[in-house]
Formats: sequence, structure tokens, C-alpha cells
Amino acid sequence: MSSTAFARSRFGSRFGPALLGFGTLVGLIALMQGLIYFGVLNEFIVPYPIDIFRAFERIIVEEHVFDRFLLTLQECVTAAVLLAIFGISIGAILYKVDLLRRATETWVAAAAAAPTVLMYPLFLVIFGRSAWTIIMMGFIAGLPAVILKTIEGLSGTRRVLINVGRSFNLTHWQIFWKIQLPSALPTIFTGFKLGLIFALINVVGVEFLINFGGLGQLINDLAERYDLAGTYAAICFVILVSVLFFMVVERIERWLTRAV
Amino acid sequence: MADAGRLRQAVITSPALSPVTLVRIAIIVTILVGWELLARSGLLYRDVVPSLVAIANAIVALLSDQSYYWNLGVTAGEVGAALAIGGISGVIVGLVLGANKFLSRAYEPYLYYLGPTPKIIFFPIMIMWFGVGPASKVALGTLSCFFPIALSVAAGMRQIDPVLIRVGKSFRANVWQMVTKVYLPAMRHPIINGIRLGLGVALIGTLLAETKLSNRGIGFLIIQAYSLFDMPRMYAMLIVLFVLAIAANTLVGRLGGLDSIKRF
Repeated sequence: MSSTAFARSRFGSRFGPALLGFGTLVGLIALMQGLIYFGVLNEFIVPYPIDIFRAFERIIVEEHVFDRFLLTLQECVTAAVLLAIFGISIGAILYKVDLLRRATETWVAAAAAAPTVLMYPLFLVIFGRSAWTIIMMGFIAGLPAVILKTIEGLSGTRRVLINVGRSFNLTHWQIFWKIQLPSALPTIFTGFKLGLIFALINVVGVEFLINFGGLGQLINDLAERYDLAGTYAAICFVILVSVLFFMVVERIERWLTRAV
Repeated sequence: MADAGRLRQAVITSPALSPVTLVRIAIIVTILVGWELLARSGLLYRDVVPSLVAIANAIVALLSDQSYYWNLGVTAGEVGAALAIGGISGVIVGLVLGANKFLSRAYEPYLYYLGPTPKIIFFPIMIMWFGVGPASKVALGTLSCFFPIALSVAAGMRQIDPVLIRVGKSFRANVWQMVTKVYLPAMRHPIINGIRLGLGVALIGTLLAETKLSNRGIGFLIIQAYSLFDMPRMYAMLIVLFVLAIAANTLVGRLGGLDSIKRF
């Protein structure tokens, strides 16, 4: 069967893309193994994929990668809680006080474009080489997205829903809690998801840069020890964790959108 | 009298004195006064919150320092090279994935999920592959900006009006003509949007790499100021850097006819 015919068949159109993607990945790994074996790639720069695979056991048993993962997770969760409390509150306040929103919304959007992660030396001075430096960097990176999306979500509530609330003589507070907030929840969660992604990127990044904390520090440690296979394995582990994290958050977002 | 009335009306409705501007001025003044009071209070360690005068002096000293511009040039060169390599490869990959549904379903999930991973963790690999010089910073910047550009271009390609594609095909345009006369002009906004996102992450990737291991560039200057505990200089560099980054973001957006600021 030709490749075009395979792509057009029912099996091919359903599983073909996934097989091609996975096959390419396996092919690249096999190619790398071959290139190193035949000396085209230097094994002291790129380790054998099989060695990277074996190093997984070592980083799990000797480097306590799951404990480090929990540490990183703890920092991310703390940053997420701060994002939910402050991001959504500030967004709601800016939505309620229109003048304040018009005065500061462009500043918040500009802050989102600024490379705030570069402030980490400043936070090192303020909070010291501690988990709070990492948490605050994650929090600050995600804050603009949560604020902007909260304003967008609350502003997008359908007029008819608010009118229905008014016809029931609901107070402003009741309209906010029972109508505006639930209706804005999918958009707010989109902002929260973006904020979480920025927070995770910054948490792992700053851990790596200041050599403190969980998974980021592990990569830095292994690289400084010139444990090549271990470094590659730790990087693969962080990629796996990030991918799983985004998949879970995306599922929650889809479920929330359907529920509301 | 009538003229005076019109003048007074013009002053009242003048945008410079609108309530929004007044609120902005009030916020800025409050922050500056609060900062200065905190700096003078001695509540924090000395120099953690330096006085505004010290920061202003540091900004003046920084902007009149020749070596700052040399380092700024190094960083700009690295970011420019990263954006060029990552941008061109991102546009090509985006065009291919956007044009072919089968390839898109095969490879786009990998790009989609790899895109938001923290790229700085690849820096040890970049050092091993490209050395400790500017090449490893360019490589990290390239890796950072490739994903948003490729994904944005692929999404933009799928949103092209099918009528335009049919018109191109009815004129028997070849692949090159389709790309240059139909696809790229129709995708101006997604491409510019991708480049704007790419610029931001390339800048962050390059600067973070410079703070980790470098002897030149703005990232190196920031980490040097931290090592010397020269806080006013660090604040000055961060302020100037933020202004430059926001200005570059705005400029790219304006060139593409988009909003002046990044939106989510």
C-alpha cells in the first residue's frame, strides 16, 4: 500500500498521524544511537540514548527525583494559590472600578510583555536564596495574564443574564457571585492556565539559575558534575512533567468550559 | 467671552487632564513617594530599596557609559540572530504543518506540548554543543522563539480564507507563487504576532543564558551588579531593559498593524 493510500484509509487517517509522529521520534533516537556509535557525534557531548534511558533509574533512586518533583510542585502550587487570590481579586477590583481599570489596564498588559524573570537577582537580594524567591518569580510572571483574563471574563458577561438578576432584585454582590463570576469562570480559568504555565516555566528556570529547590537544581547539579546521561535524563523528566502538567490543566479547562 | 468659554471647555475635556490621566499621575506619585519613604525608613537592609535619587543617578551613569552600549549591542546581536534563525525555521515549519493536515496531526502535538516547557533547562546541552561563547546564547534564544512562531504560523495558515487559495490555484500558481502571493500576505497578522511572541521569549532566553554563564551582554551586567551588590545600578538596568523590551514589542506590533501591547 502506498503512503498516500495508507493516509486515506480509515485506519491510516485515525492512527496514521500518531504513528508517524511516534515513529519519527523513535527513528531520531535510533539515528542518534547510530551516529554516536559510528563516531559522527561525540559521545562526550551527546550520550548514547540507551545510557540516558538507563540513567533514569539512577536519577530516581540516587538523586531522589520524586522528592525534588514534590518540592517543585509545592513551589508551583504556592505560586498558583497566590495567583488565584491576588490575580482574580485585582482583576475583579479593576473590573468594578472602571476608572482604575482604564488607567492601569495598559500597564498590566505592558508588564506581561516585560522580561520580569530578569528580576530574579533583585528577588535574591530581597528574599535570599530561598524557596520564596522562586515562588515570587513564578507569581509575578503569571500575574498579568490572570488579571487581564479576569477583567475580560467579567466584562464579557451577557447583558441578558445581568438583567435577569436585576429582575429578581438581586443585590450587586449577589449579581457578582451568582451570575458574573460563574459566567466568567471559563475565561478566568484560561487566564489562570496561562498564569500557571508562566509560573511553572519561571519556577523551574529560577531553580536552575540559582541552583536551589527541586527539578531545576537537579539539572544544574548533574550538569556541573558533568554527568551527561544524568543531565539529559533529568531534562527529559522535566519535559515529561511539563507535558503531563499541561495536559491535565487543559483537560480541566475543557471540563470547566463544558460544565459552564 | 465665548472664546474663553470654549478654551475652558477645551482644557476640561483635554486628554492630558482626563480623569484617567489624573488617576495615573496619582498612582505614580503614590508609588514614588511610598518608595522614597521606604528607602529612608531603614526598615529594609540598606540599598535593597535605594532612594529615587540614587536610581536616577544610576540611570544617568548607565546611559552615559560606553561599555553599556557595547554590551547592549552584544545582546541585541544575539537576540537578532536567534530571532532570524528561529523565525525563519519557525515560519517554514509552520507553513508545512499548516498546509498539510496529516503532518499537522503527526507533529503539531509535540510542538504544542514542548512549546511551554522551560527552555533554560536546555542551557547545559547548548553549552556542550556550542561552547560558552555567544553561540550557546543564540541557540537558546533560537530554541525559545521557534515554538511560538511555528505554532502561530501553522494556526494562521489554517485560518486563510479558502477563496484566496482557490483563486491562487485557479491561476495555476506554483508552490513558490502560492507562498509569496497568497499564504504570506494573508498571514501577515499571525506571523507578526508569532514574531512578537518569539521576540519576547528569545530576549528572555538569551538574557537568562547570559546571567548563567557569560562575560558580556546585558544579562552579564545584571548578574555582575548583583555580585557587587550595586543595587541602584541593578534597578537602573532593569528599568532601562523593561522600557527597551516593551518598546521593541510595541514596535513589532505597530509594524504589523496590531495592538501596541501584548494581549493574551
